[in-house]
Amino acid sequence: MERNNQRQLVEIGLVKAHLIASVVAFITLLLAGLLFSLQFLYRYPFPTIELLSPGRVRMVHTNLAAYGFLLNAFVAGLLWAVPRMTKVPILSAKLGWFVFWAWQVILTATVVGLLAGYAQAIEWGETPIFVDPFVVVGAILLVINLITPIIRCKDKVLYVSLWYFTAGFIWLCLTYLMGNYFPQFFVPGVAGAAIAGLFIHDLVGLFVTPMGWGLMYYFVPVILKKPIWSHGLSLIGFWALAFCYPLNGVHHFLWSPIPMYAQYGAVISTVAVEIVVTTVIVNFFATLWGNSNVLRTSIPLRWFYTGMICYFITCLQCSIQVLLTVQEIIHFTDWVVGHAHLVMFGVFGFWIMGFLTYLWPKVVGKPWHSELLNGWHYWLTTIGMGLMFFDLVAGGLIQGFLWKNLSPWENSIASSIPFWAVRAGAGIMIFIGQVIFVYNLWATAWKPVAEVDR
Amino acid sequence: MKVTERFSFILLVAGLGFFAFSIAVMAFLPWLNLKDIPMRSVEDLAKNVPIEFYDLSSRYPEQFKRYFGDVNSASYAKVLRLGRDTYVAEACWHCHSQYVRPISNEDIRFGDVSIPDEYQNELQLPPLFGTRRVGPDLTREGGKRPNDWHVAHFYNPREVVPTSVMPRYPWFFDSSEKPNERGLAIIAYVQWLGKSREGLTAPEKMIYPGCSACSIFGEKYKEVHIHEKEKK
Repeated sequence: MERNNQRQLVEIGLVKAHLIASVVAFITLLLAGLLFSLQFLYRYPFPTIELLSPGRVRMVHTNLAAYGFLLNAFVAGLLWAVPRMTKVPILSAKLGWFVFWAWQVILTATVVGLLAGYAQAIEWGETPIFVDPFVVVGAILLVINLITPIIRCKDKVLYVSLWYFTAGFIWLCLTYLMGNYFPQFFVPGVAGAAIAGLFIHDLVGLFVTPMGWGLMYYFVPVILKKPIWSHGLSLIGFWALAFCYPLNGVHHFLWSPIPMYAQYGAVISTVAVEIVVTTVIVNFFATLWGNSNVLRTSIPLRWFYTGMICYFITCLQCSIQVLLTVQEIIHFTDWVVGHAHLVMFGVFGFWIMGFLTYLWPKVVGKPWHSELLNGWHYWLTTIGMGLMFFDLVAGGLIQGFLWKNLSPWENSIASSIPFWAVRAGAGIMIFIGQVIFVYNLWATAWKPVAEVDR
Repeated sequence: MKVTERFSFILLVAGLGFFAFSIAVMAFLPWLNLKDIPMRSVEDLAKNVPIEFYDLSSRYPEQFKRYFGDVNSASYAKVLRLGRDTYVAEACWHCHSQYVRPISNEDIRFGDVSIPDEYQNELQLPPLFGTRRVGPDLTREGGKRPNDWHVAHFYNPREVVPTSVMPRYPWFFDSSEKPNERGLAIIAYVQWLGKSREGLTAPEKMIYPGCSACSIFGEKYKEVHIHEKEKK
């Protein structure tokens, strides 16, 4: 009875559509990234084709990561988790389908716009200016659809995940409006750069992070079949994140002409975030305590906890690299690129892989075609990601010290090439992992087997 | 503490309140500090037409005439706008930053440390600070190298700097391999960088003893060529 109710609550078709869109975007962005990495090895296959210029392909890589891969997957997770937690369906399935198709059109327009040379000079917001209003409207419709169950929920006190979602929905709309409109039209120069910095960080910290953690607070207890260890730590984790995270943005432009008090403030709040993160990590590992055997048997949980370890590493790294002394060397280098990859893919990408692995059999109503292939997917991706991270961090240190030592610029390029080669190799490894996964998804969906219990 | 777990409290305090606080401290206060710096339009910036722009028009008179007409402030403003748009469209700013930090010997390598005044203009809307340097910083690039160097470099960077990983931009050139509208514009834009501020100290230049090209070009264009003694 309970099961049937839950099944009616969730729009399974919509979840499936968003998951598929997310995977398609992910494969496309991996191809774009691989293509771009070849430029650094003098092997770019299309050097004279304007529409495939490496600089433009790079923007396709990053924008599809944020708005194609992460956003679609998070929406799928939200469409699954929010109605189940609130026991109220989304506002309208029709609106859901409209937003789904509208969003894919927006993504296509973004990719075409970027390749055709209509990019906007806002990092992570290169979406062409004429696409921006549609993104805002799409995001607002998305939020209305998903926030309705939370408003209509009969419980007066919300579960942890819903705190993150509620705040994250508001932050998404505000962040996008702020970052794409203020530096572009209203706030010139250095103050505009401060806002652009806030945008870079808020997109990760105030949209991707709350959605990711909210889904972890749902999926981990559900799969482990036990509650989160400490409610108090959950409260600290959420409220401290909500306060400290928005203050971090200016740390993307340290030692720049932005007034120093803003830079100092950003550094201090970034270090504070590390303390917050530790409470959340402690909470989740304490929840796992006594059940760590499931990491061998459950691939979704393995993804989740690997992602959490990566999260701890990135945040620890962040609290160190943000110090002004360390910035002297590592800013502008591949160190930061490694850091960004570990955050966006090593953490949130891994969590998405986790709940994708968990949800797919339920969405298509069949058991996994092959658990072994899922294991291969996990190991190839994890080793590839780890390799890419350590390689780029090491390369970044070398670049930074060569620059400081006034070595000719060409030396820093020549010294980086081995690192860039390893980076491309690690990327190929990740890509092979995903190809295996996509095959497994496909084989599962088309398998002629009776339905499993959702 | 149950109130901290209620929808309306989370929405108002975390969602709106903390976000507004961060904007107030991290964006509004810096804006208050900097708002008195006069904002300059492209026309203001284009009042003084630099020698590089005259040079560009004399090297490619036919193309220049066709796309931009005569050399004056109006055509220079038009070129700067188009050059900046091209710089953004090609995402140059993902690999070239536009601010010199007061650390890591950057003032020696690139030139004077950046100050807020030079960013208060229309060409920095949105600002092109950048967050990665695959190639060098371009804040002080204007006038460092001659137009010829940029023409060759945009056509194929590795002809000029053999180890360069910069992409080629053959679509900046017409069928006669001379720079087209965008090509002229991006070169003029790059040659403009650093000219939004007056009184900059010229970076120290070195003349390589015994190099005839050095003696012809003088100090100004020392980075243009490979010194003769280094040639194999």
